[in-house]
Parts: sequence; C-alpha cells; structure tokens
Amino acid sequence: MAKLTLDALRKLREEQQKTMVMRDPSNKDTQVIVGMGTCGIAAGAKDVFNTILEVLEAKNVTHVRVTQTGCMGLCHSEPTVEVIVPGMPVVIYGNVKKDIAKQIVQEHVIEKKLLDNHICDKPAMDIIRK
Amino acid sequence: MHATLCDIVTDIVQNSIEAGASQVTLEISTNPEKIEICIGDNGKGMDKATLERAFEPFYSEAGKHDHRRVGLGLPLLKQTAEATGGAVDIQSEPGKGTIVRFHVSAHHWDTPPLGNLTMTVLGLMSFRSGYNLTVTRRTPQDSYQVSRSELIEALGNLEEAGTLILAKEFLESQENELDRSRE
Repeated sequence: MAKLTLDALRKLREEQQKTMVMRDPSNKDTQVIVGMGTCGIAAGAKDVFNTILEVLEAKNVTHVRVTQTGCMGLCHSEPTVEVIVPGMPVVIYGNVKKDIAKQIVQEHVIEKKLLDNHICDKPAMDIIRK
Repeated sequence: MHATLCDIVTDIVQNSIEAGASQVTLEISTNPEKIEICIGDNGKGMDKATLERAFEPFYSEAGKHDHRRVGLGLPLLKQTAEATGGAVDIQSEPGKGTIVRFHVSAHHWDTPPLGNLTMTVLGLMSFRSGYNLTVTRRTPQDSYQVSRSELIEALGNLEEAGTLILAKEFLESQENELDRSRE
C-alpha cells in the first residue's frame, strides 16, 4: 500500500460517508468498549480489539463506536468487552477470545441477542461514572 | 507477562492519559543496535516520594483505582530494559508532567519484539478521553509523525468502526513506507 497522506485520508472518509448514508444507521448509538489495562493486555485484549474491528468491517457495520478503556476491575476475567446497545442491558463479557469477539459482533451487535454464557458482570461500582 | 514492547508502551501511555495529560508524545526510534522509546506528557506529574516508589511492584498511586491496583507497568518495563542490556529513566515534576525514556538492545536474545505498532497506536488514539497523542517514528532511513488531532480532523472522529478502519490503513501505510525505505 502506498503511503497515504492526510488529504487522501479525508477523501477516503468522504467516499465512505456517501456509502454509509445509504445504509441502515440503526447501530449509531451502539458502543463496544474493550478493556485495555495491564491485565487486559496480558490476556490478549489487543487481539480482541483487532478482531472486533475486522468483523465490523467485513460485515459493513461502520456506525458502531469502538473504544478502549483501562482496567474495569475484572482482572480475573480479562479480556473484557463492554457492549452498549440501545434497548438492551449493558453487559460486560469476560474471557473474550477471538471467537467470542466474532460472536459478540454477530449475535449481540447485529442480531441483538445476548451471549448468556459469556456475560461476566455489570461495570464495577467504583468506576461507574455518576 | 507482557510479550511485546508495544504492550509496555500501551501501559505507559495509559498512565499519561490517566494522569490527566492533555498532550502526550510517543517517540519510537529503531536501528540495528537499539530500540529507543520516549513517552512524555503534561499530566499532573509525580512528587519525589511517589517517584521513588514508581518501580515498586504492585505500587499504585493512592486514589488512582479504588480497589483495583495492578501497579506492574513500570516494574515490568524496568525488568525488561535491564534484562536486555538497556536502561530506563523517569523524570517527573508535580504540575508539569512526566517523561519516561527507555532503550533495549535490538539484538539481545531476550529482547521482546516491537509488536504490532499500527494497532497499538490505533488503540492508544481511541481511548475515551480528551487528549492529543503525537507519535513520532524514526529509523535511520526515514521517519513519520502522526497525531490524534490530525486524524480526528481528517476523519471526524476516532470512535466509529469505519473511521478506525481508515485510520488503521493510514497508520499501516506509514509503517510500510518505513519498511520499504529500509530495503
């Protein structure tokens, strides 16, 4: 791939937005948050982040917000992924590996079904922002 | 246990973001002999007492995370640097910020690989916080610099999967150009 300039990047974004206007924007308020504290990194959270992005791209689901956060207080269950889909409970999935990450995107984000066997917790009380 | 230098970089840059820095710089220089990394910030800094304990395993500043203290990022960095013929130095001043510099020998057999720098930088730019991160990458033949604010200006945000994928392509193209210039 040739080295991209910021101008080229802006053009790619404009083209992407034209395509996105025609797609269903129903995932606009969906958030996927990957825990990336020391514990998460050691457990493989980076692979989880990569996988989530790859699957979203493959499925053409580009409205979903994907961010990282520090330790969520569930070090024993890392990698952890918090998923916020409007109209569904906010959940944290634990022990997320690549295959579970793919399921999270396909089943929870796209099909709006919880992966009951992988739900770890709600966010730890001390980090819930008041 | 961290497997790559990028894992250590992620830890240290997170420290800067959590210290309330609005500006964070990450410089990575690689040559056949050495890998040098410098992370600077304008966060709250550390006083002398905290700085003296910074490399202590499981020490984490009081109040940083209630009930959740890992405190292994800097100790692991020190262990890695010293075990591979390198060194680490921290300078910090309350109210001004912190600079963490370290280098490792590039050909020591215990030196961890650099890791996936593209995805590491992408991840570091996608934390939920108001900060700017400027990354400078150097080899003897070439260099590039990219900042979070530039990417957000070009893409609109660094939160949507679509913009993150484009940012990833941009960052990959910069690293690929460095690889080509080495050939």
